[in-house]
Amino acid sequence: MTVASIPNQPSVLLVDDEVDFVEALTKRLRRRGFAVQGVASGQEALDVLARQHVDVVILDVLMPGMDGIETLRHIKERFPDVRVVLLSGHGGEDLGVRGMAYGAFAYLLKPVGLQRLVEVAIQASEHAAFR
Amino acid sequence: MAVALSLRKAIIGTVFGFSFVPLFLLGWVVYGMFASVYHAKVRENLAILAEDKRNAIDLFLRDQATQLRVLAYSQPVERLSSQEVMDSLLVLLQQRSHVIVDLGLIDEEGNHIVYSGPYNLRNVNYKNEEWFHLVRMKNLYISDVFTGFRGFPHIIIAVAKKENGKDWILRATINSEIFDSFVRTLQIGKKGDAYIVNKYGEIQTKPRFSGKNTSIVKDIIESNFSGVRLVEGEMDGRAVYIAGVWLQEKDWIVIVEEDKHSELEPLMRTRTMTILVSGGGLLCVLVGVFVVSRMIVAHQERHDREQARLNEELVQSSKMAALGKLAAGVAHEVNNPLAVIREQAGWIRDLLEEQDVQSSPNFQELYDAVVKIEQHVERAGNVVHRMLGFARRMEPVRIEVSIPDIMRQTVLFLENEMHFRNINLHWDIEENIPLVETDPAQVQQVILNIVDNAIDAIGKNGNITMGASYDPKEGCVCVRIRDDGPGMDKETQARIFDPFFTTKQVGEGTGLGLSISYSIINRLGGSIRFVSQLGEGTEFLICLPVRKGSETE
Repeated sequence: MTVASIPNQPSVLLVDDEVDFVEALTKRLRRRGFAVQGVASGQEALDVLARQHVDVVILDVLMPGMDGIETLRHIKERFPDVRVVLLSGHGGEDLGVRGMAYGAFAYLLKPVGLQRLVEVAIQASEHAAFR
Repeated sequence: MAVALSLRKAIIGTVFGFSFVPLFLLGWVVYGMFASVYHAKVRENLAILAEDKRNAIDLFLRDQATQLRVLAYSQPVERLSSQEVMDSLLVLLQQRSHVIVDLGLIDEEGNHIVYSGPYNLRNVNYKNEEWFHLVRMKNLYISDVFTGFRGFPHIIIAVAKKENGKDWILRATINSEIFDSFVRTLQIGKKGDAYIVNKYGEIQTKPRFSGKNTSIVKDIIESNFSGVRLVEGEMDGRAVYIAGVWLQEKDWIVIVEEDKHSELEPLMRTRTMTILVSGGGLLCVLVGVFVVSRMIVAHQERHDREQARLNEELVQSSKMAALGKLAAGVAHEVNNPLAVIREQAGWIRDLLEEQDVQSSPNFQELYDAVVKIEQHVERAGNVVHRMLGFARRMEPVRIEVSIPDIMRQTVLFLENEMHFRNINLHWDIEENIPLVETDPAQVQQVILNIVDNAIDAIGKNGNITMGASYDPKEGCVCVRIRDDGPGMDKETQARIFDPFFTTKQVGEGTGLGLSISYSIINRLGGSIRFVSQLGEGTEFLICLPVRKGSETE
């Protein structure tokens, strides 16, 4: 597998309560040329967004505390330019569908292959860049 | 069955009790009323008989007395003293009736002046006889029955008259057999009796049966009464009705005995009849109750069986629902660590692309290990996926499809497998099977599951028959899939729809195929059943409604 060459290093924020998952995915996306940060909750994600610019947020739907949909609504309210990709487990499909209605860029079903995630992330960042 | 038996006992007991008591009461009351009326009637009849006879005897005595009086007063003593006159008078009287045996004229000294009759009684003196004085006091005397000089039972009737300042007495002897014939007509029935008793309790006529218990008769005589006296008592060891009535012309009492038993015979017959009719009625009721209770119990048993079947289905579907929830929970919990493992393995794979790692002597080992990890994460992921498929309640699509077509398409997937294992496929599809409004993909999944199981059950060399038919009564299209594999034992049969129950080797089957099939068919409003016989094979029967009314969930 070759490292994808991405010219302008899209910045990605990973939000998932499963810390080990965030850690592994962060390392793998970085290796593929993304500027990646990982956080474990919706609140932390909003904090990060308040401090710095992020192109794409990859957001888990089922999280304790503030769930993905609520986080999505806050993000869209305060940072409308940020693209959000929802990541949903089984049983959360209807949540994912509702998320699309709240302005998510895409919604992917877990388990998702890294290749597919990368593609969607690039599309999202390009979409953001055109705006 | 014990419940059915006790139910039956309760029905029989209740109905029998409720019919027996009124029937018994009815019989008892009607019989009782009839008996009392009958008793009253019998006593009344007896009283009438006794009274009639009393009147007849009175009439007879009065008649005789009057006749004698007429003779005495119509003829002067002078004429009566003549033997010829007396003889002709006796002939005259005997022309009318033979009861008068002789006639005689007695003067006031008691001398028998004239006598006409068969005995030589002339010159007999009656001065010391009691009756001689009584007749002079009362002008008329009727004696009790006695044998006297004549040597046969008789009574005498005597009248007194005064002529020429002297008392004269005309006396007639009457054969008392006349009274026997009077009472004989009252000796009715087999044991009935009738006789005349004087005021001392002495029997004046020949009773039909000897050995009279005169104490009862004495009781009657001693008690003061007018009209008919009726008592019940015992005579010669038999229960009897006894009627007594005093004569008016003489201090005699007419006694009529009637055997209670023979008199009440019609009543006894009535009682027997009543008992028979009541018994017959009860028998009818009993048979009716028996039949009805049988019907009720049979109906109840049918109902119970139906209920048990419904309960079984309910248990099965609630078990499915509970297991579905459990499966969903487990799947979610397993999914997250699987995702972590997948990504960590992916990271190792990424790192293996580094140049320095590739040159490591253990590179190949590491690479193989990562591949294995990814394979098994994939395998675990599949299980989780299927568990979720079992748990998920997705809305099935609804289109009109031909079930035989689905069957043929489905079997295409497995044709190679069957050919390889030398399994012959037979078709048994009826004509004119209507289209079914259902979800073809899900039906296909179910058929695939079952045929796959059939192939696994046979192993090698066997037959699978696939049939389809239409049941217009139920509005169902039924699919039959039969194999001639080894069949299933009872234990297996009881569990085949349970999730994670499998007879296949570890890793070959998840144990979800049939439970998913069950919930799919359930969701489509159909039913799935099977029959299996060890050594003969298994047949699955799937029925799908042509039009599905409403969701079962």
